[in-house]
Amino acid sequence: MRLPWARTVFWLYAATLMLPLLWMFGMSIRPNEDILGSFSLIPQRVTLENYETFFTNDVWYSSYLNSILYTSMNAVMSLIVALPAAYAFSRFRFAGDKHLFFWLLTNRMAPPAVFLLPFFQIYQSVGLFDTHLGVAIAHMLFNVPLAVWILEGFMSGIPREIDETAAIDGYSLPRFFIRIFLPMIRSAIGVTAFFCFMFSWVELLIARTITSVDAKPIAATMTRTVSAAGVDWGLLAAAGVLTIIPGAIVIWFVRNYIAKGFSMGRV
Amino acid sequence: MTSQLAEDAGAETSPREEARGRQADLKPKNNRAWFLVLPVVVSVAFTAVIPLMTVVNFSVQDIFTPTDRIFVGLDWFRSISRDPEVRAAFLRTLLFSAQVLLVEIPLGVAIAVCMPRRGVSVSVALVVVALPLLIPWNVVGTIWQIFARGDIGLGGWTINNVLGIGFNYTLDSTDAWITVLLMDVWHWTPLVALLAYAGLRSIPDPYFQAAQIDAASAWATFRHIQLPRLRGVLTIAVLLRFMDSFMIYTEPFVVTGGGPGNATSFLSILLSKIAVGQFDLGPAGAFSLLYFLIVQIISYVFFTVLTRSGR
Repeated sequence: MRLPWARTVFWLYAATLMLPLLWMFGMSIRPNEDILGSFSLIPQRVTLENYETFFTNDVWYSSYLNSILYTSMNAVMSLIVALPAAYAFSRFRFAGDKHLFFWLLTNRMAPPAVFLLPFFQIYQSVGLFDTHLGVAIAHMLFNVPLAVWILEGFMSGIPREIDETAAIDGYSLPRFFIRIFLPMIRSAIGVTAFFCFMFSWVELLIARTITSVDAKPIAATMTRTVSAAGVDWGLLAAAGVLTIIPGAIVIWFVRNYIAKGFSMGRV
Repeated sequence: MTSQLAEDAGAETSPREEARGRQADLKPKNNRAWFLVLPVVVSVAFTAVIPLMTVVNFSVQDIFTPTDRIFVGLDWFRSISRDPEVRAAFLRTLLFSAQVLLVEIPLGVAIAVCMPRRGVSVSVALVVVALPLLIPWNVVGTIWQIFARGDIGLGGWTINNVLGIGFNYTLDSTDAWITVLLMDVWHWTPLVALLAYAGLRSIPDPYFQAAQIDAASAWATFRHIQLPRLRGVLTIAVLLRFMDSFMIYTEPFVVTGGGPGNATSFLSILLSKIAVGQFDLGPAGAFSLLYFLIVQIISYVFFTVLTRSGR
């Protein structure tokens, strides 16, 4: 039941999708004079100087590491908090469970701009301002509800008989959860970690507001490339290419679950 | 091996709806489950509830200095909801979300139908389609800032010099709007495509075999077999796309900065200008709460309509 030209249409779309990315890559390997000097499809001179600047300038590569650090911390913390909760939602009824679940989701719907001011003040007053831990905690705002939502979807697909059998076999709840249940849903954990990583990695507004120097994300550094000589397009493009790489690596590992994950485990 | 697993997972989900309903009845009642939920409640309290209370606190006061402040009641809410600039930004954001949904949902479904189902090309296709979603939002802005420029960008240059249409997103407000819309379509249609693809994969093969025996046309197969099975995932897609396009900030901020003039200054951009730019705590607080409320109400309406229709 496939249309004969479906394949062609899809790959044409994929090529269009890649076009702006390839163009940015092309920019990143040209010297700045060539970018602004004359328009050409193929770079006239190929250079790595933009990447060299990136890796030799402390501001650039340290903010890149900052981003990786707080994103990973956020993924781990969100998972640890969300796993027991998702299990509770998928296995038990308890007072106010439905309201609580919907209330969690409303936090995913909160415009980040709403939280700018209070985050700025609160994080400064409790000493989390400009720390990696601070950003990781702030990003739990949207990642914890998301993680609970995805994990609950996957966990509900696992029959409850398994829990009951384990209980009869004398497993306590914590031991069952760690020894049997977690290994069973490891693909779900992978997918959830991927989504936490992704949403934390792409977020700029909150991360920029609650950092200044020590934990500044790469995304914030990129917004300050305008110097006296104008925008440094080559360096900006090189930084852009480098920010895509971690995501591309992570996608490759979860590629078979990605479609299911995007539907929050609910197909 | 892994793709086999994915297929199994996909197949097992189709009777999920029924299993879910059955399980809900059997779920034991146990209020001690609250202990398992407690960490989430604490973390969300710290990241969402306390900040939200702070915003409420701002919104009812006129704050001159941290020690010098007066209670003004609902004055800020009145002035913000009557502010012509805020109203214009609200309508602009609404129009943008409507256009985003109208373009991305049909396009995403069409792409999902065309996506390969078997072989190595599945992995490649998934990675390629998912890639735009993994790019930091300001880099998406940067990519389009470069791509759409008339002098150094392939897109802008082609429109100007090959098609011969004058295009400049930094000066012309229509061009700026089109650039931001195209950027969003480029960035987020993959999400709709992936969701729809997951939905299509969960349709058991016998459905298609039956359609083949009936000599159903490709369109009839799509209309009567594939589309009805996509309702669940499309609900999620419409909700996510609505919320995120209504809250859009970073991409237009990088590309146009809200300009030229006010052409692309959406609610978030206006809000952060008032909050961080001018540091007007009271109006910003009231604005935040109204904004939050609007998103919640529209999402709730969408959710109710979509889950009830077709039942």
